[in-house]
Amino acid sequence: MKRLLLMLLLAWLSISFYSGIWLFMSGFLLMRIELGNQSQCSSPPSAAPHLQDARCWFPQRFDKAVIVIIDALKYDFAKYNPENDNPKPYENKLGEIHRLCSAQPRHARLYPFRADPPTTTMQRIKGFTTGSLPTFVDLGSNFASYAIQEDNLIHQMVSNGKRVVFMGDDTWDGLFPKKFYKSYFFPSFNVKDLHTVDDGILQHLYPTVDGGDWDVIIAHFLGVDHCGHKHGPDHPETAKKLMQMNQVIASLIEHLDDKTLLVVAGDHGMTDTGDHGGDSEKEVTAALFLYSKAPLFAEQLKTEAPAVPQVNLVPSLSLLLGLPIPYSNLGGVIDDLFGWPEDKVSALLSKTTAYHINVQQVARYLDSYSRAAGDLPAEKLRALADLFTSLTSEYEQLMSQRDQLSEEELEIHLQRILQRQQSYLDQARHVCMESWARFHPMHMLMGCIILLTSCFFCYIIAEAGSVLSLPYKNLLGYPLLFTISVTSALGLAVWTSGLALDLVTVCAAATLIFQISFYFNFQAKKSSPSRRQTHPVYLLLSGPCVVLLFRCCSLFSDSYVVAEGSVAPFLLTSLLTVTVVKLHWDGKLLLPTFTPLGSESLKPSLTPAYRRDGSRLMWLLAALGICVRLSGFFHNCREETPDCQPSSFLSPLSSIRDPDIKNVSYVFCVVFLGFMVFLVRKWLQHYGNLNIASPLVLYVRWGFPLIVLGIACYWAVSSGTEDSLAKLKELTHLALVACPRAIYAMAGLGLLLILWNPITVFMKSRVSDPDNTVTTYRGAPSSEAELQHVIPQIYRKMQRTLKSRLQHGGEGEDGKKGVSVEAYGLGSVYSAAMVITLSILTLVLILLHSERMTPAFLLLLLEAVIILHIHGHVTNLYSEGVELFSVPWYSVLAWSLAATQNFYSTGHQPVFPAIHWNSAFVGFQEGHTNNIVPALLVAANTFSANILFSAGSCLLLLWPFLCEAPTGRRRKGKKEKEGGTEDEETPMMEMRIREDPDRFSVALLQLGTKYLFIQGVQLLSCVCAAMILRRHLMVWKIFAPKFLFEALGFAVSSLFLLLGIALVLRVDCAVSNWFRNLTLQQNR
Amino acid sequence: MDETEIRRLSVGHVLCGLAVLFSLCVPPLLLDEFSLLGTHLTWLCICSVCVVTVNVLLRLTLKPNPSTKRSSFAHKVNKLKQSGLYFFVSCLLFHGIIVLYGAPLIESIWETFLFAVLLSSFTTSRCLCILGPNFHAWIRVFSKDGAMSVWDHSLQITTICSIVGAWLGAFPIPLDWDRPWQVWPISCSLGATFGYVVGLLLAPFWIYWNRKRLTYKSR
Ligand SMILES: [Zn+2]
Ligand SMILES: [Zn+2]
Repeated sequence: MKRLLLMLLLAWLSISFYSGIWLFMSGFLLMRIELGNQSQCSSPPSAAPHLQDARCWFPQRFDKAVIVIIDALKYDFAKYNPENDNPKPYENKLGEIHRLCSAQPRHARLYPFRADPPTTTMQRIKGFTTGSLPTFVDLGSNFASYAIQEDNLIHQMVSNGKRVVFMGDDTWDGLFPKKFYKSYFFPSFNVKDLHTVDDGILQHLYPTVDGGDWDVIIAHFLGVDHCGHKHGPDHPETAKKLMQMNQVIASLIEHLDDKTLLVVAGDHGMTDTGDHGGDSEKEVTAALFLYSKAPLFAEQLKTEAPAVPQVNLVPSLSLLLGLPIPYSNLGGVIDDLFGWPEDKVSALLSKTTAYHINVQQVARYLDSYSRAAGDLPAEKLRALADLFTSLTSEYEQLMSQRDQLSEEELEIHLQRILQRQQSYLDQARHVCMESWARFHPMHMLMGCIILLTSCFFCYIIAEAGSVLSLPYKNLLGYPLLFTISVTSALGLAVWTSGLALDLVTVCAAATLIFQISFYFNFQAKKSSPSRRQTHPVYLLLSGPCVVLLFRCCSLFSDSYVVAEGSVAPFLLTSLLTVTVVKLHWDGKLLLPTFTPLGSESLKPSLTPAYRRDGSRLMWLLAALGICVRLSGFFHNCREETPDCQPSSFLSPLSSIRDPDIKNVSYVFCVVFLGFMVFLVRKWLQHYGNLNIASPLVLYVRWGFPLIVLGIACYWAVSSGTEDSLAKLKELTHLALVACPRAIYAMAGLGLLLILWNPITVFMKSRVSDPDNTVTTYRGAPSSEAELQHVIPQIYRKMQRTLKSRLQHGGEGEDGKKGVSVEAYGLGSVYSAAMVITLSILTLVLILLHSERMTPAFLLLLLEAVIILHIHGHVTNLYSEGVELFSVPWYSVLAWSLAATQNFYSTGHQPVFPAIHWNSAFVGFQEGHTNNIVPALLVAANTFSANILFSAGSCLLLLWPFLCEAPTGRRRKGKKEKEGGTEDEETPMMEMRIREDPDRFSVALLQLGTKYLFIQGVQLLSCVCAAMILRRHLMVWKIFAPKFLFEALGFAVSSLFLLLGIALVLRVDCAVSNWFRNLTLQQNR
Repeated sequence: MDETEIRRLSVGHVLCGLAVLFSLCVPPLLLDEFSLLGTHLTWLCICSVCVVTVNVLLRLTLKPNPSTKRSSFAHKVNKLKQSGLYFFVSCLLFHGIIVLYGAPLIESIWETFLFAVLLSSFTTSRCLCILGPNFHAWIRVFSKDGAMSVWDHSLQITTICSIVGAWLGAFPIPLDWDRPWQVWPISCSLGATFGYVVGLLLAPFWIYWNRKRLTYKSR
């Protein structure tokens, strides 16, 4: 029962953190209200006086349009430079565009096409169909597209009787369900598949164009984007793909007629690694190419065309095709396209008319929006409205007097109006962009306060010491009752009074009430003044505190967040060095010298003797430094550090061109993987946990190599090139799906086995010698209290018999006293279960990463073991066997710093483009039907370091027991009582836990709260940084993503911390049962 | 507690401080185009040489830990050789440690090495001059109850101050201020120098302040 309550208390602490995060997020993340209004042909925002004859808002120019979206078509790909003799694979491949632009400058034009961040495909499709701006919230929902509710281009086409045929990326199906006249969707999820979508489109494109049963064709090609994700732009595959696209454009033009407009556009660009999602120059600059067989532009361009914002495509296309502009559009028309008929004044007139309609539409939208939401700043709206009124009157006046003015005067006036119209549209866009960064300061503040109080509770529980053995009903039961009653009363009161009840506020109130009542219950029981008093100033100057302070402050500086990958290891090494140096400073490394009086003295003499721990600790520190330094080779880059080169290990094996290098890397990866499993088995063997024939041990012996084999197979298949495996396509496809799934299943099986029977103790019973049985207990056997008394005795007895057998091994078995029970691996039974679990997790996480990241995981494990060893030595030296149950702060801090450091060392960065989306398709080649599985896979990939370190944090408590040196010096008191000397020389190891189960569970609780505290304080500083710096230039680039990653990381960490503790408690249960069975057997 | 010993110590510290000041002030007069930030490597060399020279001179004149027994010339030469070796090894060790703490491995290797030399001359050379090439004595001095004379205490304080200064000097490096002194290893070496000077100034006062508490065992 106690175990359950321990878990509940920790779960409650985590939940109060979560509610703080949620509250903060609800106030911090940007939101925009979507309006349901639709534009109608019949009700233009304002009738242009001289256009009464137009069928819709504006005279239709083209009957038909072919819109070709080439995903991730960067401007650099489309640009053609004839002087470039040595083009890179992605350069000068779209020669057709160049040919058309130079041969028919009035028919064709290429523009840089500026996307608004975030540059994910779905956001971009939304952007250039609705013409509105994305907000931060939408980001990340790329996995499942949701139908667009706002008025959009497709809706306008369909409701005005255009037959829209779509082919390509099936994201469109989710965004515009049942809108298309005809559609050919192809799955877009599998980014490794370069050809399915494109080949599918090409199969249908030309027949459809020639068939004539259409008005608008939209074709969305994905090959270029997938090529970028799989190989990077600088790869021959990209060249092939771009050449294919060139071919598509060339032959498409053959099939077009005079009344058709061709639009070729990229939805976004890509970085040098082929990723996108952020707001760097390379990601936002896509290409836009316009062509028609009828002259499209009034004059030809002398220089390179100016950049066109992506939203501008919406009003331009609408007006050219004779459609109303979608209601929520914020874009302005591309004025080059409206410069006809050809003489100068009428061209200007046509431009201003188009702009006029555009301005009227934007003004109407702003008006409705500000009525619906009221989050746009009033004075800016007023300024815009003033500009709009004067513009409208000026335009109308000009139109009415147009006949009286001379041509020159008219031209001057029109130019002036045009400029003002453009500036109105720019300003409107700007106002919206700024104010859709809307925050709720109250929510943010409350979120911060809840996080702060949660940290505070973690701290007081962690420092409370033995007080925690008080009944849990005081800690949890009463506060819970109190909270439920008060919250429901409050809720009822508010509800009856008719106020709007906000779920977020209720949640916050409940959390705060719970915390307050918990605090009073806690303080009331905590009467014992036994807490040791440490001077607060001295405490502030201690190593862990300084390091934690630096860590928290560093989260407030954008340059430190950018450099976190190298700051965290710096702090980690510093912290552990200071700890070891302090150990020396306190004289704990000295062997005690015996003065003639017989008392121990720790005063140094001139030639002091030192423990062996000293040099060992130095070696461990050096090894730690080397591990940390080596793991720096696996870092990824973010765009803020332009000279940084992302580690070449991050790209999958399939991106290596040279087959020899590829094979060698493959072999190395597999060797590293095998070595890791070998080390785990060696460790288990060393502590004697591999002797029993239980299913779990069999699993470790045979299942681990099997998993390694499976991973090796999967790597081999997935790293092959497209062409070389063409013949075995069916087979490779099967292997790509089957191998990872088999490994998931194996891992699940392993975890189940651990839960079912985590005991890895080999017991050997012999003919029992009556002298050797344990007889010290009285009363009814197998009662809980008596069991606690007996277990250590059994353990010591086992150790003794084992030892005597080793000593007298040569003399034969019946030379000395008979042996009753031998148990191998009992001293490490807790850690063994933990280590097996962590190895299974590691293997699965390696599978989710790129093949060549395997050494990074090996380094991660080594680093963890080194930290544990240092911690074990230091604890043993300080505690002399008494304080083993409390985990010191420095080690918890070091553990969490190592988690942070390894987040970077596994190739991650807290920015969205750096997320390894590929991991969602490991074992699910053909995509997903829901979005839970891919989200889980990507989260597991991103937070692998957090998962491993927080699940393994219980080892911090267990490891000092394992490192316990076999010296008889400690536990002096017991020595005299029992009179024996021999048994004192064998370490108890983890069986000490059984001596004092109550203290053990309190220790687990304190370890959990300490870990939560450290993680929580870091989260709190991230939250504060995001809140305080929310108008900072870098907030959307650095602080907001960092906060999101930290918050998600915290959630993952706390979850796996709980799971880790639950596992230890399960082992504890199993060990109790094991001993109970043992004593029962012995009794017989 | 002997007050004259503290006075001798203060004089020594003032001279050490002057060595640093000398390395800052004199080279610009003698060398063309010398500046602390521009030609940092030169300054690192000059400063190390000055500090080591002053330490050796102090060792010869003030005799901080005079040994009772007379030693032969050969013994002295042997000790000198050993000291040189110790100094060189400490430079290499410091270099390794700095690299493990995140300094670039291959590029600017000279900067790193000269910074290690500077740290060695702030810490190891003083250890060598006060304690001699006796590693056990070094380990003893750097523990809580290990100091046995005012010199040992001053050694503790200056060494800790120099290293803490160097450690703190690393913190401005990631900031995006684009100042010339943020370049590796300038901020660290300036931090170490600053720490060293502060330690030199602090030590006599601290010892004087705590003179009642400090009692030394006779050796
Ligand atoms: Zn895309
Ligand atoms: Zn993409």
